[in-house]
Amino acid sequence: MSTESALTSEDFYVRETHHDDDGEHHHETGTMLGFWIYLMSDCLIFGTLFATYAVLGRNYAAGPSPADLFELDLILISTFLLLFSSITYGFSVLRMDMGDLKGTQIWLIITGLFGAGFLYMEVLEFSHLWHLGATPMASAFLSSFYTLVGTHGLHVLSGCIWLIVLLAQLQIHGLTHENKRRVMCLSMFWHFLDLIWIGVFSFVYLAGVLV
Amino acid sequence: MAAADYSRWDPVFGKLGWDIFPLNEPVVVATFVGVAVGGTALLAALTYFRLWGYLWKEWFTSIDHKKIGIMYMVLAIVMLVRGFADALLMRIQQAWTASGGAGYLDAHHYDQIFTAHGMIMIFFVAMPFVTGLMNFVMPLQIGARDVAFPFLNNFSFWLTTSGAVLVMISLFVGEFATTGWLAYPPLSGIEFSPSVGVDYYIWALQIAGIGTTLSGINLVVTIVKVRAPGMTYMRMPVFCWTTLCTNILIVATFPILTATLALLTLDRYAGTHFFTNDLGGSPMMYVNLIWIWGHPEVYILTLPIFGVFSEVVPTFTGKRLFGYTSMVYATAVITILSYIVWLHHFFTMGAGADVNSFFGITTMVISIPTGAKIFNWLFTLYKGRIRFEVPMMWTIGFMLTFVIGGMTGVLLAVPPADFVLHNSLFLVAHFHNVIIGGVVFGIFAAMTYWFPKAFGFRLAPFWGKVSFWCWLIGFYLAFMPLYVLGLMGVTRRLSQFEDTIYAGYFFVALIGALFIAAGIGAFLLQIFVSIRDREALKDTTGDPWNGRTLEWSTSSPPPYYNFAFTPRVHQIDAWWHMKAEGFKRPLENFEPIHMPKYTSTGVILSGILTVMGFALVWHIWWLAAVTFIITIAYSIDHTFNYDRDYYVQPDEVAEIEGNRTKLLAAEGAAQ
Amino acid sequence: MTASAHSNHEDGHHGEGHGSFKSYMIGFVLSVVLTVIPFYLVMGDILGNAIWTVAIVFALGATQMIVHIYYFLHVTSQAEEGWLAMSIGFTVLLVVIVMTGSIWVMFNLQENMMPGHEQIEQIRSLP
Repeated sequence: MSTESALTSEDFYVRETHHDDDGEHHHETGTMLGFWIYLMSDCLIFGTLFATYAVLGRNYAAGPSPADLFELDLILISTFLLLFSSITYGFSVLRMDMGDLKGTQIWLIITGLFGAGFLYMEVLEFSHLWHLGATPMASAFLSSFYTLVGTHGLHVLSGCIWLIVLLAQLQIHGLTHENKRRVMCLSMFWHFLDLIWIGVFSFVYLAGVLV
Repeated sequence: MAAADYSRWDPVFGKLGWDIFPLNEPVVVATFVGVAVGGTALLAALTYFRLWGYLWKEWFTSIDHKKIGIMYMVLAIVMLVRGFADALLMRIQQAWTASGGAGYLDAHHYDQIFTAHGMIMIFFVAMPFVTGLMNFVMPLQIGARDVAFPFLNNFSFWLTTSGAVLVMISLFVGEFATTGWLAYPPLSGIEFSPSVGVDYYIWALQIAGIGTTLSGINLVVTIVKVRAPGMTYMRMPVFCWTTLCTNILIVATFPILTATLALLTLDRYAGTHFFTNDLGGSPMMYVNLIWIWGHPEVYILTLPIFGVFSEVVPTFTGKRLFGYTSMVYATAVITILSYIVWLHHFFTMGAGADVNSFFGITTMVISIPTGAKIFNWLFTLYKGRIRFEVPMMWTIGFMLTFVIGGMTGVLLAVPPADFVLHNSLFLVAHFHNVIIGGVVFGIFAAMTYWFPKAFGFRLAPFWGKVSFWCWLIGFYLAFMPLYVLGLMGVTRRLSQFEDTIYAGYFFVALIGALFIAAGIGAFLLQIFVSIRDREALKDTTGDPWNGRTLEWSTSSPPPYYNFAFTPRVHQIDAWWHMKAEGFKRPLENFEPIHMPKYTSTGVILSGILTVMGFALVWHIWWLAAVTFIITIAYSIDHTFNYDRDYYVQPDEVAEIEGNRTKLLAAEGAAQ
Repeated sequence: MTASAHSNHEDGHHGEGHGSFKSYMIGFVLSVVLTVIPFYLVMGDILGNAIWTVAIVFALGATQMIVHIYYFLHVTSQAEEGWLAMSIGFTVLLVVIVMTGSIWVMFNLQENMMPGHEQIEQIRSLP
């Protein structure tokens, strides 16, 4: 390491001859990593909510239990809506890589529709439960259930809003460097939400009905 | 005591009413008058000297990591004064009542004071201090021009400030929590804390916590992505390593705090049953979750300080740090271990012997890497040419004090001993021992060490020494009696005593607090004197201590672009290496520098969020909704701004660098 | 149809950053399979044994998460100098600590502080 006995002053700093490329490059990759780390921190929010559900999820307080409430066929539909939205987002990214703005936008819109469908199913489920009297105020189980599933739903909602904003930005600026990066960030966010949903349907719905 | 009526609600004003101002508390009223007079004078002075435009353009909207770092430090110093005033109030009250008097604070007010003291000292003193330090120093040390996300950095700072503002508002508008600094339910639940105190606590922490998380993400990415060429991970200064680990801890723990507080919020606002006594809730789950965040938080505060000492010790001994690699590994091990010790904060909760022994053992294990660090510093000192400048004095004070605190910590880690000492003044003495002896001493060392870099002149050493001795003596006088009192069975958070047997100890503790007050006073005086004598204390070299790391290679204060050319690194202690190789600054052929533009978005958004926090505290739903929608809309609007950076032209760089060349030449001629 | 044929500026240095049609389809098909099986097992009550069913549901869920991470999120050991893989590993570790830790601590507490009737009787009958 320290064999550089013949170092001159020029060896201690960088002359950036092709500055433009390099500078941009740094910033871009930083954004992706930063967003990824944000997702990891978000993951810990969900981790905390899962832990709360794990600890409190069987405190029914003489109220209804998962087996009384959950309708798995509807959850299966929700799951597939989200899964379809993941693959359609993937198609959008592939179109983007081909430089096809229209294709990118169309697949993004389809993705958003699937997302909205998922949200619709969730609202339907919640309002149904609410009418049964299974409100978040009824027991610790329901508090933790609504909060965990609802937080995921709020994330999907934010994803949909972001998607609309992104569509507008794509319309204005086209497939610029920055917009491509934004498409990729939302892609990570979207797939991440699908990932969390796997945890939700396995841990809350399927296991809940069983145990 | 005509307490305000917090059960009332009005669609326009929420819970607000004319009785919310604590006019019946003479201490608060006197403070309010003082703050009002001082605040008006400050605002008038700023207006008179026409500084608003300057502050807004050069500081508030700045996304320069150095300025943001300095603003964090200023925030921390202001809040230190507030938090310390609370401490002094408590010391006086306890000395008074322990000697048979009635005291001057009623229990309700006293409870708010200890809650505010703890919460402010951790979140709005210690956190801004370390965040500010990491912000200022780390990018310079890795040879970067700014952090990875400069706008986010500004936003994070203002979010932290926004939280601090909410806490300060609670002093005069309504009241603060009476729950202790972690707001355990069921006490902090709506049933037992129906007032707005806990709500202030929650929203202040949520807003500041988001800022902290964002800043954590920012600094991690900065270290990963914008290190200078050649600076491999194992060539980074130890301070950068501890910064990296600290920010990983921040990113990985603050979300847990956010989620836990959100659940408490739901309990209070929506009537859910996470932490209630009835309908299946479990208050202990809150304690469990909050300490999963809380223990790593302790290391979030101390790791950067370990980094500071790892910079100070080599500089003032003129030697390379002993055991660089072991220092790095110790830091990484602490990062991981800090996650599996949390239960030692509630051994007495009633878990079984297996759980308690597991967490007792992990707690003791974590003292091993910490001990290794102490030895590394000692071995660095060994046979070094030690210069006893002020930062070095703080370092020695730290090493003595921190070791004592660490040992009482190991004592508390023994579950059976903890059953005796839990929530006693012994515990209070212990954590002040590590936080004052560790974090605060480290911050003062760091401020003295990097002050010339930030402002271009040194801090006057005399007042620094006065401050140091006052703090050191004051600390021992204030907290050693508390160890004894704790062993005698006195529990924490008491405002009244039946027995006068404790009077002597509390009196000594009060004297200690007064010494610390003198220490803070001496520090403020030191800043004043240094500004007055700035010409005599001037640092034209940029390297006043004969430093070893890259921040000393640029001028003091550094130009806004930090380095005219990005440094290239060949080994640890890069600047030492450059000096050893006879490095000459490049004087011509400057290149354009890519820099981000200043923006006011961060200040404005945080201002709106402060209003939102206030509205939520007081249940003014329409205002909360409006400010929330504005926040979202404004944030979206910000994403439509694609014009965020520019290039500094070479002739501007040449001019700034030319001025420095002249200064250095003048310095050379004078010697 | 592959992304690598085009120059993708964002993550040039770790090759196939955005995946290809093929990789997305593999991920999708695997996910469908890994979703359908657990729902089928639970809804049809195929095994007749709750413990085993839960174990299989969790195992398949974990597998599907890995599928998503690899095929949709494109996390490989090389991406971003290994930081993606490392950070997700660290996060998983922490989530495991938070979850198992909380469950262990809280149920241990429950057992010790809220003894069942039998336990109380046992302690009463101690000599």
